[in-house]
Amino acid sequence: MGSGAWIAGGGVICGIGNNVAECLEAFRRMESGMAQMQHLRSVHRSTFPVAEVKADNKTLAAMAGMPEYISRTALLSRIAAQEAWNSTGLGDISQYRVGFVSANTVGGMDKTEDFFADYLENESNGHLRQVVHHECGAVTELVADAMGIRHHISTISTACSSAANALMYGSRLINNNMVDVVIAGGTDALTRFTLNGFNTLMILDQAACRPFDDTRTGLNLGEGAGYVVLISEALAAELPATHPAWCRLSGYANANDAYHQTASSPDGIGNFLAMQGALEMSGLTPADIDYINLHGTGTQNNDIAEGTAIARLFAPAFPPLSSTKSFTGHTLGASGGIEAVFSAMAVKEGIIYPNANFSKQIKELPFSPVVKFSTGNQLQHVMSNSFGFGGNCSSLVFSKI
Amino acid sequence: MDNGEVYITGTCVIRNNRVYHNGTLLSEVPQETELPEFLRAVYDRVSGQYPKFHKMDNLSKLGWLAAEVLLREAPFKGHLPERTGLVLANRSASLDTDLRYYDTVKDIASPALFVYTLSNIVMGEISIRHGFKGENVFFTSDTFDTSLMAGYLEQLFNERAVSACLCGWVEVMGPQYEVVLHKVERTDKGMAVLSADSLAPATI
Amino acid sequence: MENLMAALKAQIVEQLNLQEVKPEDIGDDQPLFKDGLGLDSIDALEIIVLLQQHYGIRIANPEQGPEIFYSVRTIAEFITAHQNKQ
Repeated sequence: MGSGAWIAGGGVICGIGNNVAECLEAFRRMESGMAQMQHLRSVHRSTFPVAEVKADNKTLAAMAGMPEYISRTALLSRIAAQEAWNSTGLGDISQYRVGFVSANTVGGMDKTEDFFADYLENESNGHLRQVVHHECGAVTELVADAMGIRHHISTISTACSSAANALMYGSRLINNNMVDVVIAGGTDALTRFTLNGFNTLMILDQAACRPFDDTRTGLNLGEGAGYVVLISEALAAELPATHPAWCRLSGYANANDAYHQTASSPDGIGNFLAMQGALEMSGLTPADIDYINLHGTGTQNNDIAEGTAIARLFAPAFPPLSSTKSFTGHTLGASGGIEAVFSAMAVKEGIIYPNANFSKQIKELPFSPVVKFSTGNQLQHVMSNSFGFGGNCSSLVFSKI
Repeated sequence: MDNGEVYITGTCVIRNNRVYHNGTLLSEVPQETELPEFLRAVYDRVSGQYPKFHKMDNLSKLGWLAAEVLLREAPFKGHLPERTGLVLANRSASLDTDLRYYDTVKDIASPALFVYTLSNIVMGEISIRHGFKGENVFFTSDTFDTSLMAGYLEQLFNERAVSACLCGWVEVMGPQYEVVLHKVERTDKGMAVLSADSLAPATI
Repeated sequence: MENLMAALKAQIVEQLNLQEVKPEDIGDDQPLFKDGLGLDSIDALEIIVLLQQHYGIRIANPEQGPEIFYSVRTIAEFITAHQNKQ
């Protein structure tokens, strides 16, 4: 029973840290990443807090070992993917058949925006180099090239569940023995495009977001990248004792809410089907889940739909649950990857993450999120939810080995 | 429906201002007709009565119309909604709409356009229309990689994640577009057994 | 008020791309959302854009939407009240 894929390691860069250790430290200290924007130029600078990666492109380029002119989306991707690889005991990447399955929603939009800004001022301005990497797929290929990955490269774009779907796809590549190892996850840089877009949808909070709180009024955008390294059980058995596998990806499922382009159905049927399907694949019942990393964006609509689906599936006993987006902001195409690493780390270290800014339970729901960081808990099974526009709902289950 | 082989049971191709259903020309407009007028003409021919169509972007309209052609007279039968999925791919993701949306930002950004700046919204539109609740995935790649798609579909069917699926290529960038959409299901008989070769449509 | 409502109907049809609806088909008191004209949350956001573009009125809180946007008449009343205030 289960997906057959094991997690050999992971890497994250986001608004609360440039690597996994820094992120965990931020959770421990209850320091969320929302602040006034420093790197993105926008008229909304003093209106909407965002969770930016705390480094400019020059610094990121040096960390990534890539040129500064390429998209921030690619730089973030490379940094997290490299950390993920280095965290495993796999050694030289060239001795394996490696796949890279990366999700993103904005591609190189940051560079395209700069191009348009220059171009609109003066048509002879603007470097075409800035737009040639615009396509979502181009970002993945740049990073795969830089890491020497060539056996299988795919880009998945299904909105905010993209990276969770990348793990599903990567797991299937492993199961079918098409490759030995898959680096799977997602990346997205903050852009004016997404900031303006979410502003027109009127779902941005002007204060720090309050997921699963009765007083929530919207989300904060963030940026970052997160990847896990997926391997087969056979390869996991060969890992050196110093770097054992973190956990198993024991189940996953994706379902369509089939309700509206952006809004979740009131009963969260897509959310429900995704969670139910992931449990079914892992051979578990709701009572077996020891912690849920919520999608929890902080919008009215998401949290009540997700909460209603959880209430229906898990009643009468609810596991500890929280939204790490209260620290990282909503990193869109990267969120499923970042939260997959947090969830795998939760199983490995027994971590239950806190939900920041919580004060008042949603009145329609019979549960509230965890507000304190704790480690050393006995967590056998952890669920991670990622739901996206287009009704695209995914749930993953990570289990102790 | 858990028995039988996985067959292609229908194919819709939209290119060069023509719509083909299972290899037969279904609709055609003069070559000089622009994409929005062509899409409206096909809508009037195969559907009507779905006002939300007019709000969609070109990518969603193309995918939605192809699904309409495939399912209006031959809907999936005997498959659960939560086992009916969608696997699509294209080259330009939602770039066509991204640029249109970007153009409105200078004035007042359009929420209705922003909604479509994600390539998977087309799968949402098809799922809403037909009530499909199964697995969805959208790949971005330079060309229609039929071996990747056939391999992925085989896994979905083997895992019993789906028993029926729409799959194919839905691409649009400016005036350039192409759709190859297949209806695939586990059943007793069909046009061809699912394979990389059978997903690649013969040149029409 | 009658002129304002007629103008609004035309603007709604255009802004929301309601190609199969004629402005005169929309009743003054017909509910615009759900079972009425069938508009949804994205349409509500587009009406907010419309009010800003054509009438210079900004609505910052989408929670106000359902009440103001109930029908063409309620929108017209809101616009009139707002303009009188200025």
